[in-house]
Amino acid sequence: MSTGTPIAEPAGLAAPAGTPALIQEPGTLAAFWRRLRARKSAVAGLVIVGLLILMAVSAPWIAPYDPTATDWANVRGHPSLAHPFGGDEVGRDVLSRIIFGARASLGAGLVSVALAVSLGLPLGLLAGYAGGWIDGVISRLTDALLAIPFLILAIALAAFLGPSLVNAMIAIGLSATSTFIRLTRAQVRAVAAEEFVEAARAMGNPPWRIARVHILPNIVPAILVQATLTIAAAIIAEASLSFLGLGQQPPEPSWGAMLNTAKNFMDQAPWMAIWPGLSIFLAVLAFNLFGDGLRDALDPRQRT
Amino acid sequence: MLRFLARRLALAVPTLILASMIIFALQQLLPGDVATALTGEERDPQVIAFIRQKYHLDAPLPVRYAYWAGGVLRGDLGESIRLQKPVSELIVEKLPVTLELACLAMLVALAIGVPMGVLSAVKRGQAADTIANGVALWGLSVPNFWLGILLILLFSVQLGWLPASGYVSPFESLSDNLAAMVMPAFVLGNAIAAVMMRHTRAAMLGVLGSDYVRTARAKGVSPMRVTLRHALPNAAIPIITLGALEFGQLLSGAVLTEQVFSVPGFGKLMVDAVFNRDFATVQGVVICTAATYIALNLAADLLSAAVNPKLRRA
Repeated sequence: MSTGTPIAEPAGLAAPAGTPALIQEPGTLAAFWRRLRARKSAVAGLVIVGLLILMAVSAPWIAPYDPTATDWANVRGHPSLAHPFGGDEVGRDVLSRIIFGARASLGAGLVSVALAVSLGLPLGLLAGYAGGWIDGVISRLTDALLAIPFLILAIALAAFLGPSLVNAMIAIGLSATSTFIRLTRAQVRAVAAEEFVEAARAMGNPPWRIARVHILPNIVPAILVQATLTIAAAIIAEASLSFLGLGQQPPEPSWGAMLNTAKNFMDQAPWMAIWPGLSIFLAVLAFNLFGDGLRDALDPRQRT
Repeated sequence: MLRFLARRLALAVPTLILASMIIFALQQLLPGDVATALTGEERDPQVIAFIRQKYHLDAPLPVRYAYWAGGVLRGDLGESIRLQKPVSELIVEKLPVTLELACLAMLVALAIGVPMGVLSAVKRGQAADTIANGVALWGLSVPNFWLGILLILLFSVQLGWLPASGYVSPFESLSDNLAAMVMPAFVLGNAIAAVMMRHTRAAMLGVLGSDYVRTARAKGVSPMRVTLRHALPNAAIPIITLGALEFGQLLSGAVLTEQVFSVPGFGKLMVDAVFNRDFATVQGVVICTAATYIALNLAADLLSAAVNPKLRRA
């Protein structure tokens, strides 16, 4: 999955010019926050994400109309004062559907990535720390899953599970799991080779304690960056599945599903296609910006 | 090199077998009776009985997998109940269309991504770098089916320059074929262009920082020549191998792109099969995709090992 892959820059070139003083104290939360704030694009991403979440949560209070209420006077209605984003093919208010649609998109992004992390993190820890045949089995399984392109696996899973928003979340989450297994495994192996882990082992700490206390905290930054970027990919995936009719079912609003119907009315009601697409783009862009900024601010490459 | 090849093949084969098991196991997710579900819209008891017998649905799961995998190895991917055709025949029929689309898209991606990546690496931290990074971020964030809809809106509905859909075989009319493919290829190539730009930038930054480039600069070689003759060829290896891996992304993207532009390829076959609950076809398409991806992965590994002997030990 390309959107989620951090591209490694050669060591020493990671910090952009103009912020040298901020790289001095790695590790502390305050220093991290300062480095993150220094990146305008990351802050912009975070603000947009925050606003979108606010919009999704407060949808019932801020949406001007019921998102599923049809109005025959507003069928493919032009954008107007009463309906700023126009009306759809059965006269539903497009603005209200955009506002409520944020719930499906952000919900799917967050839930599916939470699923992928909660499956991928333990499996990756196990593979990376236990090694031996356990690692062999988990790694081969990960390779096999990664051999099926992300979206194709998600579509196939959703097709066999049956079309619904919950199944789409499960399908996307399972499809993204392999990325987290592989990342966690690689990170664990890098950290486990460090001297402080060896010292902890020499002091007689049990393996599970070393994994939890010494390894896990050190791999969190990389997982966090990957999770943020994967949310962006998952939002596109949910929109794609809904666009294909495999996600949110009508009449409940979803940006992807709105685009699917909009496709048939392009010459008469182009606004039906503009707003949902713009919303997906904005949400994905925000998570990508925030993820990129997070990666630069945490800079896991300088730790290993 | 031969030992490296053997080792890599020894890894690829179990991966493919495991992937086929996962794809086979998808059937188990179907709600209710598998035979009834596999027949889709068809409710004829005779057809259901035929399916039950053909896929040995009364046998235990491992036995069923063995029958299915044996068929796949012989090129038998099952029957499309709806189209009354072998799945393998459908795939062979649709594959060339998607391959054409994928190749054109790759061309677009390289033509946009590589120059942009080189430029942003050379002008690191300057305005051109910022703009190139912005364009890449756009490419990664815009949903390609929406971009497709926007292009249709502009070039087909408003301007009337290009057909919104419809596919013409290049053997019938090459110009009509290209006219129908230009928008899908651009839409599909757009996201990959962003990835190629990032790969190119990272690879170029690595090479530009190396000693021999500094030596070349010190000798007074012109900046243009240093970039294009000294740095780019060495940066090209990771670009090519990483590019090969983007092919999986290309196949994923093709599913939606073909749907938007009604291009009768591999992806449209899969989506139509999903809509018609034609599960044998879905499985067939997925396993072909996985096999293609594993083969490309292998090819990319071999290519990098052929160029860089150090990698052969890995």
